[in-house]
Amino acid sequence: MSTPTRTIQPPGKALYELLSSMRFAVSLLTVIAIASIIGTVLKQGQPYSDYVFQFGTFWFDVFRILGLYDVYHAGWFLVILAFLVVSTSLCIYRNSPAMVKEMRSFREHATDKSLAAFHHKREYASDLPVAVLAQRFEAYLRARRWRLRTRAAEDGGLLIAAKSGSLSRLGYIFAHSAIVLICLGGLIDGNIIFKAQQLLGIKKIEMRDIPENQVPAISRLSMSNPSFRGNVTIPEGSSANVVFINVGDGYLVQDLPFTLALRRFHIEHYPTGQPKAFDSDISIYSPAGKLIKNATVSVNHPLIYDGIAIYQASFGDGGSKLALKVWDLFAPKDQPGNMTGVVHGHTELNTDMGKYRVEFTTFRPFNVEAMGKGPPPLTLKNMRVLGGNPTQGGEGMQNVGPSFEYKLRDAQGQAREYSNFMLPIQIEGRWYMMSGMRTAPNQPFRYVRFPLGPNDTLASFMRLRAAFLNPQLRTEAARRFAATALGGGAANADMRSKLADSTAKMLDIFSQGGFQALGQFIQAKVPKAQQDKAAETYLKVLELASYSLLQSADEQAGVQPPPPGPAAGWFVRDSLNAYSDLFIYGAPVYLQLTHYDQVQSSGFQLTRAPGKNVVYLGSLLLVIGIALMLFVRERRMWVRLRPGSVLLAMSAAKKTIDFEREFAEHSASAEKLVKD
Amino acid sequence: MDLVLTQPQPLLKRISWLDWLFAAALALGAGYAYSQYVDHLSYYERAVLIGAAPTFAWLGWFWKPIKPLMAGIAVLSLFAISLYHGNLARMDQTFFLQYLISSQAAIMWMCTFLVLATVSYWVGLLGRSEFALQAGTWLTWTAVLMGFTGLMVRWYESYLISPSVGHIPISNLYEVFVLFCLVTSLIYLYYEGRYATRQMGAFVLLVVTAAVGFILWYTFDRQAEDIQPLVPALQSWWMKIHVPANFIGYGAFSVAAMTGVTYLFASKGILASRLPKLEVMEDIMYKAISVGFVFFTIATILGAMWAAQAWGGYWSWDPKETWALIVWLNYAAWLHLRMINWVRGPALAWWAVGGLLVTTFAFLGVNMFLSGLHSYGHL
Repeated sequence: MSTPTRTIQPPGKALYELLSSMRFAVSLLTVIAIASIIGTVLKQGQPYSDYVFQFGTFWFDVFRILGLYDVYHAGWFLVILAFLVVSTSLCIYRNSPAMVKEMRSFREHATDKSLAAFHHKREYASDLPVAVLAQRFEAYLRARRWRLRTRAAEDGGLLIAAKSGSLSRLGYIFAHSAIVLICLGGLIDGNIIFKAQQLLGIKKIEMRDIPENQVPAISRLSMSNPSFRGNVTIPEGSSANVVFINVGDGYLVQDLPFTLALRRFHIEHYPTGQPKAFDSDISIYSPAGKLIKNATVSVNHPLIYDGIAIYQASFGDGGSKLALKVWDLFAPKDQPGNMTGVVHGHTELNTDMGKYRVEFTTFRPFNVEAMGKGPPPLTLKNMRVLGGNPTQGGEGMQNVGPSFEYKLRDAQGQAREYSNFMLPIQIEGRWYMMSGMRTAPNQPFRYVRFPLGPNDTLASFMRLRAAFLNPQLRTEAARRFAATALGGGAANADMRSKLADSTAKMLDIFSQGGFQALGQFIQAKVPKAQQDKAAETYLKVLELASYSLLQSADEQAGVQPPPPGPAAGWFVRDSLNAYSDLFIYGAPVYLQLTHYDQVQSSGFQLTRAPGKNVVYLGSLLLVIGIALMLFVRERRMWVRLRPGSVLLAMSAAKKTIDFEREFAEHSASAEKLVKD
Repeated sequence: MDLVLTQPQPLLKRISWLDWLFAAALALGAGYAYSQYVDHLSYYERAVLIGAAPTFAWLGWFWKPIKPLMAGIAVLSLFAISLYHGNLARMDQTFFLQYLISSQAAIMWMCTFLVLATVSYWVGLLGRSEFALQAGTWLTWTAVLMGFTGLMVRWYESYLISPSVGHIPISNLYEVFVLFCLVTSLIYLYYEGRYATRQMGAFVLLVVTAAVGFILWYTFDRQAEDIQPLVPALQSWWMKIHVPANFIGYGAFSVAAMTGVTYLFASKGILASRLPKLEVMEDIMYKAISVGFVFFTIATILGAMWAAQAWGGYWSWDPKETWALIVWLNYAAWLHLRMINWVRGPALAWWAVGGLLVTTFAFLGVNMFLSGLHSYGHL
């Protein structure tokens, strides 16, 4: 009876066995693959406030402690990668000596007994002398680039030991060393030094939003930092000598050994309007301020200076200067004020309706838009609907000129966003100044269309708007309308004054709340069945009375009123729509852009990556190694020659169908070789 | 004794006069293109052009049927180009262009032939009809001819839109799906010839037909066939090598996965009498994954080098990069598994099928569900 024995290995040896085993390697590959998925599911490196919003405070903390917001730099992930390096290194250490030996050995000492045990073997009878056979087989193998060694056997015969494809073993060493090299190269370029410094308390990330020169030394990385990857945004005509590195929910400041200045940023376009190239003309100055180099960087064409690569990463507005007309929308005056602004800056605004802050957010020198259809016909139902985006759902892309966006923040801190075009836009043959408004950033802009008057300016509309807010002019216009409608005869005096009164009342309602107020008035005063009919009449009267109002206002201003006709009709209709929309517009002013001085900014990424060449070398080794391992097949052949008989045996590291085929081919050839 | 057996067999002796003619034609073509367009090419693009001639010559020597295919593509493409007279509008005015070999027509023919080929293979497999199987092979070859002609003509058409718009047609989802169909079909055809078995075509072409279905939907529902100019990030010679290398990888992995499916059917006894032996399928699976793995490795490295030039770092753990790594790790694990005989045939086949899901996610899923820098194909 035999007792099962279990060899107990010392723990170190057992660990070595485990780490260098293929099973461990396979498990590790799987674990890394799964761990990598996490970082693609959860968007990495977002502001922490976004994560809190997404997960709630409890899970936010759990995920933060697990390092899920920056998985690939989390300690546990680096530990897994370290395991990969250790496991692969041990594997190389363990197998390489045997591999090298295999590569060099011809196994010419194979015994007859061991050859007899081969699966792939064949025996032949031959009358030829051993020396002739040997010569033939050697020539045969050499012609096929097999390397061989012949040994005299004890029985007077010979053994030819041949091999081919030994490089496959070299492939193993190459491919596995490559993995170690790539990981080490990556480690050099990772932020491992900062991690260590952070752990030791030598460095810490800065969380405050403060000017760069106030960031304390503990959050700054010196020029001797061997590897970094940071970003900086530079407006045209400005420069920077630091970059910012985002870490967690804060940042670090990396000092640069030079000053980077942006002279000009420009965008080229295809004929179709899509962007074709983003180029930055940059200059590099020494710390002392001496110009070292002028260059242009663009996407795919970085500049490498002093071991630091400068990439074109993004672009934006660098503080364009805007000159604006301020139209007071709810004051009975028809002349604008003036204002200047700078993108990313803000301007205080005092109006009759309180204090506001105008925060300029963007400026675009051109907008390529698909021009769509005009507004839907006006009925009672859509009286209170602001016009949609004129540029949606249409066809025919065209440049509609510059636009700027701003937030208007009231004293309570509430803000709405506005987007105004500088140039008038033509819709259905008529021209408008467009101003978009939205109350939340995720909404589309909805547009007010201020119609251009007979002299292609806003003056007529603004005069009419002011007139609506002027009770005297309204009353006069109502009288004027009644007189035109009913003629000047004395018989009509009573009716005329009634009509004038009701018209004045209607103008008054409209002036205080637009179509919405008028709609409510109709709904309150007119029986339901007659509301649609009444609305039609009211609209007609309102249009005609408004034309009278325009005439009165123009005459008062000493301007020739537009003659009655379709053009004047459309102008009045459009004016009424725009005026009505002002009650939803949510701003006491309309800002009209008159001049601009565009200043762009360019976002650069600067990197120093000394590990890159190590990684590339590793990559080259990896490709060569894998190709050798997978495409070169190692085979061995033994030809045992005895007087009267020949034994051919073959073996391969990987028994594939190719090998079977090859064995068949060689054994068929051998049959010919052993004959006379 | 046969003296030939002891004579050396260097590569050059195995090359026939036809092979030399083929190489000479390639060299002439490359030389002509070089002399015509050298001023418009960067140094790297010149290297790509010069490198293309020996690469394709070697491919034609290595796998003989490539030679007539490439000759056919050249003849049809040049014919189409000659019909254009430099005027894109002739696409709808000339019979041959409108119905046969304008890029869109040729690609539609490719789709048609691939679907017919799939049907033929299935008829041949189920009806044990050698004729139908042979028809499948010929239809697939014809589809590949039309598809490559379509891409070549599309390349030319892009320059007719505007010289600044012109680019190699492997830049968006529509174009790479065509490339995927072609590469996968070619890799399959190679193994079909190498192992002298046609039955697997029924299964492998299913994945190609699925891609054809996508192309048709993308064309008719989304009008995605329009040639779009390149965004700045894609304007690089890297695209000419990164994308094809990647799709050789994807194509090979797809062939391996479908072979895995076939293997699983046969190992369960379904259609087993009609299908090749399990060892043959296992071998094809291994070969395809090997080829795919080498090319995918190259493609990922090229991608990293391109990223180092365009995005500022060779590895940023961008979703596309990360998923490329996951695909790579998956097949690395597969190759290790096979080597240690830890698991047996069916498990490896299952793993290869699962690998296709991972690969598909890396190819499509990342674009659809994850954001990142590598967002060049939107659905």
